[in-house]
Amino acid sequence: MAHKEIDAPTGVETTGHSWDGIKELNNPLPRWWVIVFWISVIWSIAYWVFMPSWPGLTGYLKGTRNHSERANVEKAVADLQAARSDQMKRLLSVSSVSEIENDPDLQLFAITAGKSIFGDNCATCHGAGGQGNVGFPNLADDDWLWGGALGDIQTTIHYGIRSDHPQTRLNQMLAYGESGALSGEQISDVVEHVMTISGREANAAAAARGAAVFEVQCASCHGADGKGNKALGAPNLTDGIWLYGGERTDIQQTIYSGRGGVMPAWTGRLSEEQMTALAVYVHSLGGGE
Amino acid sequence: MTAISSDRGPTQGGSEIPFIGAFLGVGSLLALIVAARTTDSLMSAHAMMFLAAFIAGAFALVHHLSSGKTLDQSVYETGVVKAGVFASVFWGIAGFLVGVIIAGQLAFPNLLYFPDLPWTNFGRLRPLHTSAVIFAFGGNVLIATSFYVVQRTCRARLFGGIAPWFVFWGYNLFIVIAATGYLMGITQSKEYAEPEWYADLWLTIVWVVYLLVFLGTLLKRKEPHIYVANWFYLAFIVTIAMLHIVNNLSMPVSLLSTKSYSLFPGVQDALTQWWYGHNAVGFFLTAGFLAIMYYFIPKRAERPVYSYRLSIIHFWALIFIYIWAGPHHLHYTALPEWAQTLGMTFSIMLWMPSWGGMINGLMTLSGAWDKLRTDPVLRMLVVSVAFYGMSTFEGPLMSIRAVNSLSHYTDWTIGHVHSGALGWVGYVSFGALYCLVPWLWKRKQLYSNAMVEWHFWISTLGILLYITAMWVSGIMQGLMWRAYNSLGFLEFSFVETVEAMHPFYIIRMSGGLLFLIGSLIMAYNLWRTAKGDVRAREFAASPALAPAE
Repeated sequence: MAHKEIDAPTGVETTGHSWDGIKELNNPLPRWWVIVFWISVIWSIAYWVFMPSWPGLTGYLKGTRNHSERANVEKAVADLQAARSDQMKRLLSVSSVSEIENDPDLQLFAITAGKSIFGDNCATCHGAGGQGNVGFPNLADDDWLWGGALGDIQTTIHYGIRSDHPQTRLNQMLAYGESGALSGEQISDVVEHVMTISGREANAAAAARGAAVFEVQCASCHGADGKGNKALGAPNLTDGIWLYGGERTDIQQTIYSGRGGVMPAWTGRLSEEQMTALAVYVHSLGGGE
Repeated sequence: MTAISSDRGPTQGGSEIPFIGAFLGVGSLLALIVAARTTDSLMSAHAMMFLAAFIAGAFALVHHLSSGKTLDQSVYETGVVKAGVFASVFWGIAGFLVGVIIAGQLAFPNLLYFPDLPWTNFGRLRPLHTSAVIFAFGGNVLIATSFYVVQRTCRARLFGGIAPWFVFWGYNLFIVIAATGYLMGITQSKEYAEPEWYADLWLTIVWVVYLLVFLGTLLKRKEPHIYVANWFYLAFIVTIAMLHIVNNLSMPVSLLSTKSYSLFPGVQDALTQWWYGHNAVGFFLTAGFLAIMYYFIPKRAERPVYSYRLSIIHFWALIFIYIWAGPHHLHYTALPEWAQTLGMTFSIMLWMPSWGGMINGLMTLSGAWDKLRTDPVLRMLVVSVAFYGMSTFEGPLMSIRAVNSLSHYTDWTIGHVHSGALGWVGYVSFGALYCLVPWLWKRKQLYSNAMVEWHFWISTLGILLYITAMWVSGIMQGLMWRAYNSLGFLEFSFVETVEAMHPFYIIRMSGGLLFLIGSLIMAYNLWRTAKGDVRAREFAASPALAPAE
């Protein structure tokens, strides 16, 4: 074995070992390192005394503070529900907008609750501010497919649209092209007619032919003037607001293949109070009737 | 070349060849049977890969035998280390690249989403990234450096004849099986342990041979004592074997199916998984890379290790305490609170044992601090130790339950992991590679020190961008999740918190890109070094910094 030697730059003795030229100094453990290590050990032992720690055969050390994170969570949730409960109960009996509007505290509560619920359940499709997306209606304007009164909104939230709920709102925009009900020329004519009634330039002759087809095939839902029918959920075709786009190709696609977006029913997923709050919030977004 | 031991243990080598030959034969047969009989197309693909690998192995073995070459027992085995260096650089770049891609997917999910190409999905690329950087890059660095270091510090050629080559190729076969499995959608859904049962069995075999090679070399050592780096390598090899086997205990649906079910139910599975996951960090990414630090820093700085006593104490403290810390990954879950408490307190007690390595690494520079100015490789090694110190302080901090309630599930965790992964594991590996290539290929110096400087500064900027972005965004995310308004409702919806992350995800991606660029510079520099080139402008000027072996 090599002899111990003194390392010149530091003046510290080596251990005398050498591996591939690597030697080791015989420095003591840094004092602060030892002290901090023991502090962390003592702190840990103290923590075990106060808090749930070591397991035994029939259970575990509960700790002198009798701390339980699970109980804390249950209490926190219960406290929160208690703090909200008065207002929540009042939401149950709300039947009209004026009832809410005459009670600013309740209105603020409902809109705040509704916004929170909307963010985690509805915003994915309808957008964070309810501004909608292609195929997902804008909830912040005053153009409503199924009606924008508080009760209408509540019904939509409760039962959904083309959902699996038995009371779901239901209608069908037929696939006129795929089913062969209309020929390609007829569809093009109807497109020109729809362009006309929505206030845009169109081929007049074709639009005239299209108007006749519209009268037979479309007017029963969309109305003779194309202004829609909220009772049936049929969109207004004259207002320049389009769920699936208003260009010629979009309209053509809609008539050819039909449309049928789905909104889930929220009954069973959200409580009655939550759905009321949500309806109040959506109603407040700008277009409530 | 130093004279080395050949008078203890097996001297001739060759006794391993019948075993390896028989193994390749049986393996080929099994793979063939599975490939022929399975109805699982994914299993069939993997069986064919195994078959191809075993046949290639058999050819290589026959070629080795027919060449009539005998392994010269009087010199060190360097071929397998060179192969390991090559694999490390290759997998490193692959892993960093996939990391940048998935960072891009998080920043721009709509641009980098291809529903028709399921293998490009984030869910498949993410384990590809983590396994590529941890196991493919990190694992090859560990195997290569351990084979180098154990020979030099024991003054003994690697034990087991061609067995080290079996370890190298077997391990890289595991990597290929794992990676192709992820892309095809094979996973057992355990983080950092995604490969299915047959890949796990294969790795177990390879790992046992690795352990035998390492232990055998230690046993025939010429030095009276075992150097500290080898304690750490051994702890890494032994503990990873234990963790790997226990966490992967599972029942395959059938021997012809890729699918298996874990032996552990519910929360026990979660606890086993995080006992594994945390100690993969502890024994793979900490103990293994501390071994690298303990050899390459004193060697490069040409200074003695700061304290022998500290190395002993912090080694055993680290080994005993680390293994308990896993439950801190399961705070506020179904895991019983007493187990959370123990995980947290052992993490706190782990702080100083972790820092023992940092002290020994940094203080080894005593009397040689001036070299940091002139030697960018040594600077890289020292900065890695600084990142190690930072992340081993941050880890115990985040294990405190109250802190964890804010940090858990946020990107703070991702930032923490990457300060350790990029700063510590990455830099200590790069430093070791910059040392190894001139030593292995017998070059006086690197092709270019200036390029090491560029690598260092570009990558350091990248790391800082990455971790600061994740600190800020992670804490912001945690605060947004828990914000309640005065009426008792959540202030922010989840999608609003996602939207708020967007700029930080872009910064993170840029940081990762810089890190990748740095590694490409390194790859070029190492390749030119191995070729024996020296950059013209540096030829005359630079003193030979690397000790020429």
